[in-house]
Amino acid sequence: MARLRKALTPYLMILPGGLWMAVFFVVPLVFMLSVSLMTGNIIDGFKQTWHWQNYADGFHTYGDKLVRSLWYGLLATVACIALAYPAAYWIAFKGGRRKSTYLFLLLLPFFVSFVLRTLAWKLVLTDNGPLLGPLRSHGLLPKDFHILDSGFAVVSGLTYNFLPFMVLPIYVALERIDYRVIEASYDLYAGRTQAFLRVVLPLSLPGVFAGVIMTFVPVASDYVNSEVLGGPNNVMIGHIIRTEYFDNSSYALASALSFSLMALLLVGIFAYARALGTEDVLEAAGR
Amino acid sequence: MTETQHAPLRDDPGRAGDAVPAIELAGVRKEYHAHGETVPAVRKVDLAIGQGEFFSLLGPSGCGKTTTMRMIAGFEEPTAGEVYLHGESVTGVPANRRDVNMVFQSYALFPHMSVFENVAFGLRRRRTPKAEIAERVAAMLEIVDLAGREKRRPAELSGGQQQRVALARALVNRPRALLLDEPLGALDLKLRQAMQVELKRIQREVGITFVYVTHDQGEALTMSDRIAVMNDGLVEQLGSPREIYERPATKFVAGFIGTSNLLGGEAVEGGAGQAVLRHGDGGRIVALLGDGRSVTAGDAVELTVRPEKMQITADRPDDGLSRVPGRVSEVVYLGTSTNYNVTTDGGAEVVVFVQNAMNAEDVARRGDRVWLSWEPQHSYLLGSPE
Ligand SMILES: Nc1ncnc2c1ncn2[C@@H]1O[C@H](COP(=O)(O)OP(=O)(O)OP(=O)(O)O)[C@@H](O)[C@H]1O
Ligand SMILES: [Mg+2]
Repeated sequence: MARLRKALTPYLMILPGGLWMAVFFVVPLVFMLSVSLMTGNIIDGFKQTWHWQNYADGFHTYGDKLVRSLWYGLLATVACIALAYPAAYWIAFKGGRRKSTYLFLLLLPFFVSFVLRTLAWKLVLTDNGPLLGPLRSHGLLPKDFHILDSGFAVVSGLTYNFLPFMVLPIYVALERIDYRVIEASYDLYAGRTQAFLRVVLPLSLPGVFAGVIMTFVPVASDYVNSEVLGGPNNVMIGHIIRTEYFDNSSYALASALSFSLMALLLVGIFAYARALGTEDVLEAAGR
Repeated sequence: MTETQHAPLRDDPGRAGDAVPAIELAGVRKEYHAHGETVPAVRKVDLAIGQGEFFSLLGPSGCGKTTTMRMIAGFEEPTAGEVYLHGESVTGVPANRRDVNMVFQSYALFPHMSVFENVAFGLRRRRTPKAEIAERVAAMLEIVDLAGREKRRPAELSGGQQQRVALARALVNRPRALLLDEPLGALDLKLRQAMQVELKRIQREVGITFVYVTHDQGEALTMSDRIAVMNDGLVEQLGSPREIYERPATKFVAGFIGTSNLLGGEAVEGGAGQAVLRHGDGGRIVALLGDGRSVTAGDAVELTVRPEKMQITADRPDDGLSRVPGRVSEVVYLGTSTNYNVTTDGGAEVVVFVQNAMNAEDVARRGDRVWLSWEPQHSYLLGSPE
């Protein structure tokens, strides 16, 4: 009896989480997958016809938006690493007793609603707003200069909005490094650069890896930033899916696009995991 | 940076000799600032460690051993004083450019590298040719008995094996001195003893100066050529294990190393070479004085006698011996020896170890009145640190 209980314990432990995932993740996923293969419209209803053409149509009509989403996702993720790594490094190694204060300050803006923050950016960056307005009226900027409605604005917004998802895992990875290991590398004739490249960076890579997954996926499927900051020429696929689903009621097409995006993201992540997540990278760092 | 010329310290005995010491600390002090307070971790340390010497820093937790070591390695700069490596001041020289290597208390192995890469790390940073690296790492792993484990990660090794990787990683660079900070602290007793023998063997084999930090007095006594006993940021005594054990200079050293009996007395006969003291009624102690010590009649003094140097008899001992009367308060039989706790008439609590020779009967029983006696050369007058 006791043995049986022991054998069952791990399964019992995953039961609540597993049930949750089954009900709120797997069921809708299967449902949406089936919707993506339906034909019909909101008036006559939808019918399951195994209509794979939905996918082809999606690619055909919105292929450029899909590619743009992945591209913006990549840019914003790289920008996040560039901003997050030094910040996390500084807090982890130079933060002293105030580490958690600094971390809190960094996360403070994110207690405000995501949409609200993005709208605030729009107000700040608008052509006659507090930032560009004065510069423009003093003739410091050309008349046709603007930030809003550009890819740059979208990527900046994405970077800003998803920064914490990069900072936190990198911080955790750096924080976990035993400082004596770094001292040992100095003791063994490594200068600052070598100590960083051979010891700190490889030991923090798992954090970067987690951060990339946690930012790249939501960034590539985000629709708020492109909608608020990007204008009509920088539309991302999330925005299209939303419009097709809620405004045009094209449930089948929207579902097909969602699954296409998911497939692309999975391929991207696995390619990345193969390139970076393996031990080979760490091994190479040891040389 | 200017290199300061200076004369090596000569006031300590032992092996430092005439040659330039491998490591020298001159008036070294280190203060930390924490919570607005100044903490003197090391108050003032003067040491000269000879080439090839096995030198131990021994002292209780928090006495400043690690701090002293970190100043030699270059992780901390002294607040005052100077560190010399082979006669050259290393003030301002960072750790990666000092020709000493450290074995950390926690080993601090690189967790993401294999054993081979860990050991090769220092050589690679010094741009040693590949073939030579392979050769030297292999030879080193042979010495520490880890050949065939090159590909393992530190996490896949036992504590003792990790310890040996840490040792190999430092030694393979052939540093002029190796600093070991309680390298055996994390090992269990058996492994610890085996590693003590191993370390000694390796040190003889490579002939490198070892500076060894420990708070285990047994370890320090068995392994070292010389020991510096530290307490509260100061070196209380510096000498060979025998000197430290047999002639403890201060009360702290006497108490920290081995068991010691502490007796107080009043000088009845002063002098420079020896003094005669009175300890309670009928207690007469002849004590030898160290260099430069002298005592005047009437001085109150303290001295130590090791428990195994004392004899316990029912009859009054010969006049040439130091003798103190007392009463046995406890007898503890320990197999090979018996411990007698005696309260002297002078009010001191004393313990005497008596070896249990063949057919020996108990020398005394609880409550018996006895005489304690010992040769004059076994009692040492205690001083206090300057
Ligand atoms: N970075 C620091 N900041 C403030 N105080 C420190 C620091 N490092 C050490 N100390 C203090 O300095 C004193 C000496 O510390 P040290 O680490 O040298 O002791 P130790 O002899 O190595 O002790 P142990 O046997 O416990 O390792 C201690 O009182 C300690 O609290
Ligand atoms: Mg220590």
